[in-house]
Amino acid sequence: MASPFPDSPATCDATSPTPHPRPHSLTELFWAFTALALQGFGGVVAIAQRELVDKKRWLTQAEFVEDWAVAQVLPGPNVVNLSLMIGDRYFGVRGGMVALAGMLSFPLVIVLVLAALFAGVSDSAMVQGALRGMGAVAAGMIAATGLKLFAALKQNVLGALVCYALAAMTFVAIALLKLPLISVLLGLGGIGALWAYRQLGRLEKAPA
Amino acid sequence: MSTSLITLGTADWLALLTHFLSLSLLAVGGAITTVPDMHRTLVNQHHWLSDGQFNASIAIAQAAPGPNVLFVALMGWHVGLNAGGGLGAGWVGWGSALLGVLLSMLGILLPSTTLTFAVSRWAHQNRELRAVRAFKQGMVPVVLALLLATGWILTAAHGADLAHWPLWLLTACVAVLVWRTKLHLLWLLGAGALVGALGWV
Repeated sequence: MASPFPDSPATCDATSPTPHPRPHSLTELFWAFTALALQGFGGVVAIAQRELVDKKRWLTQAEFVEDWAVAQVLPGPNVVNLSLMIGDRYFGVRGGMVALAGMLSFPLVIVLVLAALFAGVSDSAMVQGALRGMGAVAAGMIAATGLKLFAALKQNVLGALVCYALAAMTFVAIALLKLPLISVLLGLGGIGALWAYRQLGRLEKAPA
Repeated sequence: MSTSLITLGTADWLALLTHFLSLSLLAVGGAITTVPDMHRTLVNQHHWLSDGQFNASIAIAQAAPGPNVLFVALMGWHVGLNAGGGLGAGWVGWGSALLGVLLSMLGILLPSTTLTFAVSRWAHQNRELRAVRAFKQGMVPVVLALLLATGWILTAAHGADLAHWPLWLLTACVAVLVWRTKLHLLWLLGAGALVGALGWV
């Protein structure tokens, strides 16, 4: 299993049927996730795909998409879930923890330093204004992520009408009525999941 | 954004931890989807941090590299600052702020991390199962609308009245630019900081 020449992929994969590079140590895993976290401004997923699939080839494109789907459905930050799953696959729970630590340690120090610097100048009207402007930009970015992903609804088994009705009701419930998140997720999300279950059942019965 | 002093007892620190613990498993689509609930509890209900600190937490985490979930660490940081008298209070201030970071990150990550370990192996084996696919697909429209609602609430935090129309215009322009172009997000954050510092929004 352990090659005497871990850094020479051409020779160490000669006996294996699928030449699939992988991290060789927890240290390598840690720095790989640190590197991609530090490159990820306003969203780590694009960098994660480029680093893990295109550059390091730890995952194929298909494996990445599959993992990403699970990471997205599970609660918790998507990229955090993804790093846990990948670390776990190579080194078990320890690997998951190390990948998570890589993802969070240095970025945490950076945001705390930024916050501390900000606290020293926070009473200045210019800084207040800059933060207000950046907050408005951040709000737009988050909304845009939602808008972008609406394209994915085309393939949804719920059908366009149900999708948009559920989305509209969710927006009204959260943004305008300010209902608690749990009731909206359980209520509207539950309806969506049950409806999807029914639709999938119909598709399975219907001949292709 | 001067530190607004609050007093937190042990029960309050525990309440901070359990607030994030309770949101962790609801954060389908990322911790950012639970922002409306955080705002309701931390700002409106307990007054542990101000609207300005709340929005600064999100803005700084967005501006910095790394997972956006770190905005939760900054919310804990600000709550701790308010409780400990700020960094000017020396070790008490620092300790209190770091305790806030620790409790909030522990709360938001522990349940979801445990669940991810348990479920990801199982889901990988059973990805063709009807119930798994139904759950994924049924949640999608709700999660997407949550992102839009989050954008709305963050903008409305500054004021929903007509006097704040430049802020709404800025948010709307950014939403369209990020949606339709590949413009680097740092340029947009920089531009937002600039127009804000000049007092245009």
